[in-house]
Amino acid sequence: MTAVAEHTGAWLAEFTRQPAAAPWIRQLREAAFERFAGLGFPTTHDEEWRFTNVAPIARTRFRAGAATRLLTLPEPLREAPVDAFEGRLARHAAFEQNAFVALNTAFLDEVTVIQVPRGAVIEQPIEIVYEVPEQAGAADPVAVQPRTLILVGAAAQCAIVETYRGAGRYFTNAVTEIVAGEGAVVDHYKVQRESSEAFHVGAHYVSLGRSANFTSNSLALGGALVRNDVSVTLSEGSDATLNGLYIVNGTQHVDNHTAIDHAKPHGTSHELYKGILDGKASAVFNGRVLVRKDAQKTDSKQTNKNLVLSDEAVIDTKPELQILADDVRCTHGATIGQLDGEAMFYLQSRGIGKSDARSLLTWAFAQDIVDRVRIVPLRNSLERILFEKFHEHA
Amino acid sequence: MALLEIKDLRATVGEREILKGIDLQVNAGEVHAIMGPNGSGKSTLAQVLAGRELYKVTGGEVLYDGQDLLAMAPEDRARAGIFLAFQYPVEIPGVSNLYFLKAALNTIRKSRDLPELDALDFLDLIREKMKQMEMDQALLNRPVNAGFSGGEKKRNEIFQMAVLEPRLAILDETDSGLDIDALRLVAGGVNALRGPDRSMIVVTHYQRLLDYIVPDYVHVLGDGRIVKSGGKELALELEETGYAGLGIYDEAEAVGKV
Repeated sequence: MTAVAEHTGAWLAEFTRQPAAAPWIRQLREAAFERFAGLGFPTTHDEEWRFTNVAPIARTRFRAGAATRLLTLPEPLREAPVDAFEGRLARHAAFEQNAFVALNTAFLDEVTVIQVPRGAVIEQPIEIVYEVPEQAGAADPVAVQPRTLILVGAAAQCAIVETYRGAGRYFTNAVTEIVAGEGAVVDHYKVQRESSEAFHVGAHYVSLGRSANFTSNSLALGGALVRNDVSVTLSEGSDATLNGLYIVNGTQHVDNHTAIDHAKPHGTSHELYKGILDGKASAVFNGRVLVRKDAQKTDSKQTNKNLVLSDEAVIDTKPELQILADDVRCTHGATIGQLDGEAMFYLQSRGIGKSDARSLLTWAFAQDIVDRVRIVPLRNSLERILFEKFHEHA
Repeated sequence: MALLEIKDLRATVGEREILKGIDLQVNAGEVHAIMGPNGSGKSTLAQVLAGRELYKVTGGEVLYDGQDLLAMAPEDRARAGIFLAFQYPVEIPGVSNLYFLKAALNTIRKSRDLPELDALDFLDLIREKMKQMEMDQALLNRPVNAGFSGGEKKRNEIFQMAVLEPRLAILDETDSGLDIDALRLVAGGVNALRGPDRSMIVVTHYQRLLDYIVPDYVHVLGDGRIVKSGGKELALELEETGYAGLGIYDEAEAVGKV
């Protein structure tokens, strides 16, 4: 056991207090908890966690709880009971190497399972909100383990919005698995608006069938200490687009790790992550792209752009390309910049005040990610959130 | 009455002194041309008047409408009616021309105690001014100056000037890089804005622009000072003799003469 996992005993106590479940779930929980206890929380000696110190999570004694879930399912979708998904739940979210995924799996209880039938075109977005309300008078902060499984049938089409929010000090440790069948089209949004004191660790595991088309939009707006993992495995001819926006201020820390696995030929992946950093905040972008030996004709492009508004903010950005096929096109690039002085002067010379000019240019930097949000009400609310955010910064 | 009074203005960039004591008075309704070879300080003067922080004012004073101009932030100068048409208009990806202009106009109107324009009134105004400048309305929804041709950028500057209706317009080499048709159009836009309450400072390297925008006064700048002032005929004289006729040279050439 590692030194930082000081509260494994406390986690064990919470683990043993869990409600009963079907035997296969119990087995999963037990295997996962054993793995969690064996791994312990990662430290910065672990390459995957080099720039993100989770000691504040490891050192805190939490009590197990559940997030309040608000689910909006458009017709004709119905929530499916988890009992029928033995062998499919926890298939893609491997907990062997990841203590947080192991912890989430050890606390499997209420699982959101959504199945989109083959060929169905769902016009309205599927909305899932996991919310941690203010815990009045509680001694220990609560840890919640939201778990989601979304199975999209062949040639089906849907949009999913996952929102995380809450109040006060708590820990959200979320895992979502998405399986898209052959030719399916899935547009996914993660809106992370946790409280300013919250810890948030969230992992998405996405498996794409042949010619499936998947878009991930990860919007990280809140939280004190945040880690997002998005892992996508492509099949032949699948297309993955990963867009991300992270906005940090104060002493916030947001770590985005993405992993794109081109397992088969003719896959396309386009990735654009943008970050805005202010105050003493820090952020990490780590973009892994693996092109396997078979995955000829892969077309992969990765871009990470950062706008740093203060002298004390820190960004660590790292592409990680591993290319084993020889007939591929893979590009990557990262930029770190400040507000353009010429542009500031131009705006000011037209009467726009300095702080408004700053907000406007910051807004403009985020604009192309916001424009990629295809759900209009979500885009509008995002614009409103950003507008307020930049004005409070200015 | 003088709208602008510049007295012994000195400015540096880094260690280098560029303006070495400029004196100039511009009255309401007058158009002053500032000519001079490269490196004489023309653009620096224009930018210092607009409040560019890159230049450090080391001496002298500038009164605008009786106020200490140098103490004002760039945005306050704009709100008080100063407009700089940039030599190199800046591209601002992600901000549409329409949004930008509306924000600028309404801020300026607010500071003049005028009501903000609503979307419809604003569009009416914009369309009319665009027509004058023969600009494609599609440009409104494009990001500010991004992907504009050189001529489109310069026209956009004059179009902004027409919308914002300044009291003192400073045109910094608005003619550079324009073909004769674009030059006529830009000059037409500028001339349409001339009036008894509006003053202009037209900075240019070439006499050609002054055939179209006829100035009341011409000043020749050499090595950070005004070396000669006169009426519009001075521009023609320069056309014949060149700057060398006045004993001033491009910075690069000057170095060669030492």
